[in-house]
Amino acid sequence: MARFVVRRLIQMLLVMFAVSVITFLIFNVIPNSDPAVRMAGRQPTETQIEAIRKEWGFDENIVVQYFTTMKKVFTGDLVSYVTQLPVDEEIKKGLPRTFALAIGAALLWMFVAICFGLYSAVKAGRFADRFLTILALIGISMPVFWIGALMNYYLGFKWGLFPNGGYVEFTEDPVDWFYHLILPWTALAILFIGFYSRVLRSNVLDTINEDYVRTARAKGLSERQIMIRHVLRNSMIPIITLWGLDFGFVLGGGAILTETVFDLQGVGQYAADSISQLDVPPVLAVTMFTAFFIVLLNAIVDVIYAYLDPRIRLQ
Amino acid sequence: MATEPATTDQAFRGPAAFEEEARREGVHGVGPWKLGFRRLRRNKVALFFGFVFILLVAVCLAAPLWANRVAHTGPDENHLTDTIVVDGEKKNVVALDGIPIGPTWQGEFFLGADKNGRDVMVRLLYGGRNSLVIGVTAAFMTSLLSIVLGLLAGFFRGRTDTAIRGLLDVMWSFPVVILGVALGVALALGGLQLGPIVISGDSLLIPIFVIGLVYVPYLARPLRGQVLSLREKEFVEAARAQGAGPLRLMFGELLPNLASTILVFFTLLIANAILLEAALSFLGAGVRPPNPSWGTMIDEGVERIATAPHLTIVPGLMLVLTVLSLNVFGDGVRDALDPRAKVRVEA
Repeated sequence: MARFVVRRLIQMLLVMFAVSVITFLIFNVIPNSDPAVRMAGRQPTETQIEAIRKEWGFDENIVVQYFTTMKKVFTGDLVSYVTQLPVDEEIKKGLPRTFALAIGAALLWMFVAICFGLYSAVKAGRFADRFLTILALIGISMPVFWIGALMNYYLGFKWGLFPNGGYVEFTEDPVDWFYHLILPWTALAILFIGFYSRVLRSNVLDTINEDYVRTARAKGLSERQIMIRHVLRNSMIPIITLWGLDFGFVLGGGAILTETVFDLQGVGQYAADSISQLDVPPVLAVTMFTAFFIVLLNAIVDVIYAYLDPRIRLQ
Repeated sequence: MATEPATTDQAFRGPAAFEEEARREGVHGVGPWKLGFRRLRRNKVALFFGFVFILLVAVCLAAPLWANRVAHTGPDENHLTDTIVVDGEKKNVVALDGIPIGPTWQGEFFLGADKNGRDVMVRLLYGGRNSLVIGVTAAFMTSLLSIVLGLLAGFFRGRTDTAIRGLLDVMWSFPVVILGVALGVALALGGLQLGPIVISGDSLLIPIFVIGLVYVPYLARPLRGQVLSLREKEFVEAARAQGAGPLRLMFGELLPNLASTILVFFTLLIANAILLEAALSFLGAGVRPPNPSWGTMIDEGVERIATAPHLTIVPGLMLVLTVLSLNVFGDGVRDALDPRAKVRVEA
């Protein structure tokens, strides 16, 4: 087991390394534009550009540039090309917002998806099932920023039921914090609810026909007990895997669209803003940050699998 | 189609006896494709939505017809200072305070105008063409790349597999939207130079390339897994014994067995590619304005949602209808062929 974990950790580091190299290359090799020229502002003189190039180390070899930048990622000395603000401070500022969005939405979508999926499986083929299936399909077909913008406009702006975007610190006013996050949570959760409830529904329908469910019924357990203790528990395993991965993704700032449309100023929005300005240091930092969560949760899921199923380790 | 159980006599005479009997009784062997098609034909909901999708494609293809015959304007023509008669009343296309006219429900400006006084209906149709072209082409590209990578990794195993799997793992660890936006922005600025071929930054090929690339791990991974198990099957061994080389084994023997998985993913890939195009355009990394697409239209609409909500609602509804019809139809195809495939979603 220990060897498996160590091997998985090494793999994780390799993937992270590759992710950082690719991100760096995307911005340094593909665009035919010089960051020094962009930073020098309008109508710069040749000497100004040269000075910036020297100061920021753009005249160095690309490999050297990569390693100096990566060193700064770990020491926290990274500075944005555009705003010249330290990157780690900006990420720290965005973290509580991103985490609040991710954790709330993840709990919401898991809870609602279990209710919908289970109910839909119990009523399989009937009206309630068809209705929920249609809802789920509509849910996964809507762009999150579109439904987010509409919710923001109608529920927030026009009818004034909710605040119109923005974020309030939890420490400032917990009630207002919650109030501000209801719409973003819902918008982000809709798509996952649609997806998860469908997966759960098909898992439940598969499990219902298992022998141990028949045994449970034969020994006289109530239908409710069978559903929750026997069927649901076993149908949850694939869902929890998915949940782990998606949660890691959202936690790492992957919900860029939701953050942007509700102006939450989290890590994801920071990444989106930085990318559009070709601001390499923040993009690199956020990508590493997000990839870290994705890779970490992938590894955790693998280790849990290996623990549950010894055959995986032998391969 | 119940036939009598095979007698010992027939078993001795071998498969030719069955064929002969089938011919005599008018019974034909039904392959998995035909079975799948029959199952799909029974799924009326899936068929209905498949039809809706075809209808949407046809409507978008007819964009020039609407533009020339009904609206008398092009997708990029501004009408900032024009006026239009609605219900006998003369109105500005774009009011003096910059608010564009809403749906008029008549030939010109059927669905209203946008901030530049462009006809929303005309842009919707032309934009739909772009969105659909991007979706379908990107799905093709993803499928092709995934087939090649999946076949190579699963067939050769060993170092090839390690390298390809590593590549897919890295792509998988990138948040799809971040990778897409980063590539989109970088490529749009510099364009793409592949040897003698130069693609300019505002070309539709850029979002196609980005989207096609980003979804590769989602299809390549399951394909690789299937190839790994298929290559041990007897029919592959038989072909190998007949002297088939790796190319014939991969494309002649293995590929046909992957067809149902690819087909199921393909419909869902189009749906996801259209959604990702919208997401990239929303973040300014997809289709370049003034070129319309449903994504850019929503992006432009959201900026003015408070004064002209129809600019957001109209292209969004069109997009949702398209993606929904593809999802429902794709679902039906999956149920009919049932390789138990799953596509991950994007936030």
